[in-house]
Amino acid sequence: MRLEARDHVPEWLTFLVPILAIFFSLFVAATLLIIADAPPLESFYYLIKGAFGSKNAIAETGARATPLILTGLAAGIAFRAKFWNIGAEGQLYAGAIAVTVVGTGAINLPSTLMIPFLFLVGALAGAVAILPSVILKQLFKVDEVVTTLLMNFIIILFVSFVLDGPLKDPMSMGWPQAASIVDSGVLPQIMERTRLHFGFIVAIVTALMIWFILGKTTFGFKIRAVGYNSSAAYHSGHSVIKTMILVACISGGLAGLAGVTETAGLKGYLTLDLSPGFGYTGIAVAMLAALNPIGIVFSAIFLATIYVGADSMSRAMNVPTYLADVVVAVTVLSVLISLVLTQYKFYFKSNSK
Amino acid sequence: MIIDFFEILLNAGFWAATIRIACPLIFATLGELICERAGVLNLGIEGIMTAGAMVGWTAVYLGADLPTGILYAALVGALFGLLHANFTVHLGASQHVTGIGITLLASSLSYFAFRLILPSSTTPPKIEAFQPLQIPLLSDLPFFGPVLFQHTGFTYLAFLLVPLTMWLINKSPFGLAIKMAGENPMALEAQGINVLTIRTLAVMIGSAFMAIGGAYLTMSAFNAFYFGMINGRGWIAIALVIFASWKPKQALLGALLFAGLDAYQVRAQQLAGAFIPYQFFLMLPYVLSIFAMVIAAKKTRYPKALLIPFRRGERH
Repeated sequence: MRLEARDHVPEWLTFLVPILAIFFSLFVAATLLIIADAPPLESFYYLIKGAFGSKNAIAETGARATPLILTGLAAGIAFRAKFWNIGAEGQLYAGAIAVTVVGTGAINLPSTLMIPFLFLVGALAGAVAILPSVILKQLFKVDEVVTTLLMNFIIILFVSFVLDGPLKDPMSMGWPQAASIVDSGVLPQIMERTRLHFGFIVAIVTALMIWFILGKTTFGFKIRAVGYNSSAAYHSGHSVIKTMILVACISGGLAGLAGVTETAGLKGYLTLDLSPGFGYTGIAVAMLAALNPIGIVFSAIFLATIYVGADSMSRAMNVPTYLADVVVAVTVLSVLISLVLTQYKFYFKSNSK
Repeated sequence: MIIDFFEILLNAGFWAATIRIACPLIFATLGELICERAGVLNLGIEGIMTAGAMVGWTAVYLGADLPTGILYAALVGALFGLLHANFTVHLGASQHVTGIGITLLASSLSYFAFRLILPSSTTPPKIEAFQPLQIPLLSDLPFFGPVLFQHTGFTYLAFLLVPLTMWLINKSPFGLAIKMAGENPMALEAQGINVLTIRTLAVMIGSAFMAIGGAYLTMSAFNAFYFGMINGRGWIAIALVIFASWKPKQALLGALLFAGLDAYQVRAQQLAGAFIPYQFFLMLPYVLSIFAMVIAAKKTRYPKALLIPFRRGERH
């Protein structure tokens, strides 16, 4: 078998990539279900039912997709500039700490001001959390992959500290959790008597904004130029460093927003299990969408379906919930492989050179 | 009070703990080092260590003897390495994204399999793990006995691996090929040696080392498998490789230094825990890893072809 680079990737092929990836990961899931002694079709039925079978299920899927859209955008924009931010998990928690600091009584504004204020604070905190990695990269050329990854552990330990001490709710009966966000700061429900909240709309609007910035502004063009070839971008007069720093801060800020939706929208207060790895799953979300902001909305909803559906499936079929994580991981790898493969034409007979 | 902090250093338990804590880091750091020397960054390390920990433990739990358990762990590690190499070496996919993908895949598969084998257990069962070896005379020495000569065979294996890796990298023809694959793959190809094969083998061997490092935790340290038990050790190993400037001897030094600070941190926590919250002590390993990379940054000389896929007949 021989590979030859394509000059141009046809449109239908780029569209096929995520679909193939999803089918392949479902195939792997089916295999694992058979190993786990659960009939795949029946299991998939429970998965779909669990994610869409009732008003509550749909709301739950939307609520789960909310932080995933935001962390997906965080990974998406950074990866476009080839800034490998793997620290969305920590930046999410930074946003959550910040809204807890200002939103549990320290500041109280009318809802129409309070909610935008909380999002702003959360985004700023996320951006601040990524700064050490950016600075170390620019000053000392320290690899941002490792620093953003390690920052996750540092920030989560810091959350554990604040929940034990300064931000611990005295009324929590010893549980490590913070006080509730004040009423004016709580994101309103957008589906009655469910957990689907205003954050979902914020996430979608944010995705549209990022789509606009990336596709329609010179800044978006600069990001692509930096990601494609930073030395060429440099020689064409772009300030690569400035673009890189800005991209990183936006990426951190987006992850910080996810911290706001979870604290002020879903839970109402900060806990140590606020995020079951939304930051890491965001990478899968972004990959599945080939880093396209609009695509990220759909891939986040898809992966939320898998997670929410797998919860009820695992109860019905007695299969470990970790199946959902396997599907997510396989999705990342199969998108990656199909993206690479679409760049090439295949020749199954080696023709002589 | 100050004296107490100093006294920790005179305690044999502290030094013995340093050696134990260093072991998984030695395996993992050497493994990553071999991959990177061949030009491949392996971010699958955290997941591969999880897989090694799970497989080694499960094999023994299901009746295999201890060395066989290590072998299974190594085999699974090598398989994930092969997957990584197929993506990054043969197809030239992004090493960053592939590595993260492998970490997600290896850890989720491990947790899935573990839950399948042990559906519900609140207290993870323990296995009959490696026991400390009694070496006649040496083990009974005062101070040096407990520090150096009362460890398990697995611990000595870790330290044995350092000279072995040094020989592999610096003296063996295969090591020379690995280094060339990471520095100047064109020249290696000109010698008639297949760069892709060398890189694939290096990633497989390196990943096997990482998996053995994970297995150390479940087979010689905690003797049980917990969720999230690798706890960033893989990422720390990546920092240590940079700190060690891609040299095995310095990797050992880095791992020991790091383990020493970690062991010290645990003991200092007991002394200062009253006025410094324990979370700040737990942060130390991660903060130190970042710090180590900053120190190394100035003198760092990355393998020239790290992160660059190689294609036959193409110039870079």
